Amino acid sequence: MKRLSIFLCLALFSLAFGIQAANADGLDAFKGKEGTISIAGGTAHIPVMKDAAKTIMSANPAIRITIAGGGSGVGIQKVGEGLVNIGNSGRKASEAEVSKYGLVMFPFAVDGVATVIHADNPVQALTGDQVRAIFAGEITNWKEVGGNDGAINVYARDESSGTREVYWKKLLNKGTVVASANVVPSNGAMKLAVSKDPNAIGYVSIGHLDGSVKAPDLDGVQVNQEAAKSGQYPVVRKLYMNTKGEPEGIVKSFVEYITGPDCVEFIKAAGYIPF
Amino acid sequence: MYRTADRRAGSLWLLACRSSAAVTGAAVLAILLFLLWFSLPLLDADTLSKLLSWDWRPFHGGFGILPMVAGSLLLSLSALLLAFPVSVGICCFAHGMGPSGPAACLLRLVKFMTSVPTVVYGFVGVFVLVPLLREAFRSGSGFCWLAAAVGLAVLILPTIVLMLHSQFMLIEPQVKLTATALGMSPAQRLLHLVMPNSGRGFAAALVLGFGRALGDTMIPLMLAGNAPQVPGSLLESLRAMTAHIALVVATDSQSLAYLSLFACGLILFLSTTLVNLGLQLLKRPEEDKG
Repeated sequence: MKRLSIFLCLALFSLAFGIQAANADGLDAFKGKEGTISIAGGTAHIPVMKDAAKTIMSANPAIRITIAGGGSGVGIQKVGEGLVNIGNSGRKASEAEVSKYGLVMFPFAVDGVATVIHADNPVQALTGDQVRAIFAGEITNWKEVGGNDGAINVYARDESSGTREVYWKKLLNKGTVVASANVVPSNGAMKLAVSKDPNAIGYVSIGHLDGSVKAPDLDGVQVNQEAAKSGQYPVVRKLYMNTKGEPEGIVKSFVEYITGPDCVEFIKAAGYIPF
Repeated sequence: MYRTADRRAGSLWLLACRSSAAVTGAAVLAILLFLLWFSLPLLDADTLSKLLSWDWRPFHGGFGILPMVAGSLLLSLSALLLAFPVSVGICCFAHGMGPSGPAACLLRLVKFMTSVPTVVYGFVGVFVLVPLLREAFRSGSGFCWLAAAVGLAVLILPTIVLMLHSQFMLIEPQVKLTATALGMSPAQRLLHLVMPNSGRGFAAALVLGFGRALGDTMIPLMLAGNAPQVPGSLLESLRAMTAHIALVVATDSQSLAYLSLFACGLILFLSTTLVNLGLQLLKRPEEDKG
C-alpha cells in the first residue's frame, strides 16, 4: 500500500514536471529565480493577471504573485507609493501622476467600451450624435430615436472609472453629461442596472457584454471586439501595467511575459484584444 | 489578604480601562488631526469657494460638494421620519399594547435585524424595491431618494427601537407598583406614565438614528442613484457624502476632486461628533437627577 502511494506520488510528480518542461518556453525567464510580485489596481486586468500568475507559479513555485483589485486610481497610487510592484490601470496615468511618481507604462491589451440598452428595447442602432444628445439630456424620450414611448434613464460611471474616461473622451467628445444621470460604481453594477431597467442607457466594457443587455450599432458599425480591433469601432482604451521606474528582476520578466506571445490566449479569453 | 489582592486586581483593571480609554481617545483625535492636515490645502479662499458651490462637474471645473451635503441631510432626515413612528409603534406594542407572545417575537426580530449587514439591505433594495418603485410611479429609474430613504429606515429601525426599549425598561419598574395600585392597564401605564417620563430616551433614539443614517455608505451608494444634484422630488436621484467618497476615492490623487473628499470626510466626522456631543448633553441631566 505504502509503496503504491509512493509510486503514485512519483508518477504524478514526473507527470507534472513533464508537462512543465513541454510548456516552459516563455517561462524560461523565471527559471531558478525566486521572490514576490505584488499587483493591484484595475479590475478589468484581473482575469489576465490571474491566468499568467497561475502559469508562472506552477512552473516555478519559488515565485509568489499576489493580485488585488481596487480600480485604476488605486493601482496608480499604490505603485507610486511603492506599496506594490505593478499597478494596473485602465487609463493612462495623468501627467501629474507620472511626474510625481516616475511611472513607466506598459500597455498590453485593448478594450472597447459599448453603449448598452435594455435587451427588450427595440432600438437597433444609434448615431454618435444621438448618443451625445441623450447623455447631454437633449433627447429625453426613446420615441425620438425610434423606440417606444418612455423617458430615457441615463446611467453613467463614477469619476474614477477608466471605462467612463474613454467613453466620455472618444464618444461623448468631452461633452456634458446630464446632472440627473444615475452613477453606478462598476461595470457589473452597470450591467445589472441596465438589464433591469427597460428605459435605460449606459455603457460597459465590451468584455462584459452578454445576453442580458443589448449593444446597438453605432453609426452603422456593429459593436464587438473585432470591430474594435480593426479600428472601425473607435471607442477603445488600452489596459496598462505601471511600474515605478524601469522594472527589474522578476518584475521585468513578468511585464515581458504579459506583453509577450504567451499571454495572447489569456488576453483573448478575457474578452480583450492583445496590444 | 484577599482585600489587598482584590484592590490590586481592581487597580490593574482600572489601569487597563484607563489606558484603553486613552488609546481610543487618541485614535479619534488622530483621525481628526489627519483630516484637518489633509484639508489644509483646501483652506485658501479660492479653493474653498470652489468646493462650497452647487456644481459638481469635476471634468468641467466644478468641484462643489454642497449637493452631497444637502443629499446626506435630506436622506438621513427622511429616513428618520419614516423609521421613528414605526419604531415607537413597535415599542408600544412590545411594552403593554400587544399580547406578550408576539411582542417577545417582535423584539427578537428587531434584535436580529441589528446583525444584518447593510449590503444585504442594499441588495434586496436593488432587486425588489427599485423595480417596484419604477413600476409603481413610472417616473425615473427607481434609483432615487425614496428607495434609499426606505432602505435606511429599515437599517436604523433596530437602533431606535432598542434605544427606546432600554429606556422603557428603565422607567417601567419605577412606576409599576403605583400603576398597578391605581388599577391601570399595561397600555394606560405605558401611555400615561412610562412614555411621558422617557423624553430623553426619545431624544437619544432620534440622535443615534440620525447619526447611523448619516454615516451609512452602502445603502445610498446602491439605491440613491448617486446623481450629484439636489433632488426635486422623492423620485429623483441624489448623492450622499458617504457614497461620494466611495465613488471618487479611486480617482487621480493629484486632483482637486480627490482633495474634495477630505472636505466631505471632515464634514461627516464633525457632524457625527456634534451628534454624539448632543447625546452626551442629553444624558447628563438625567444622571444628575438619579
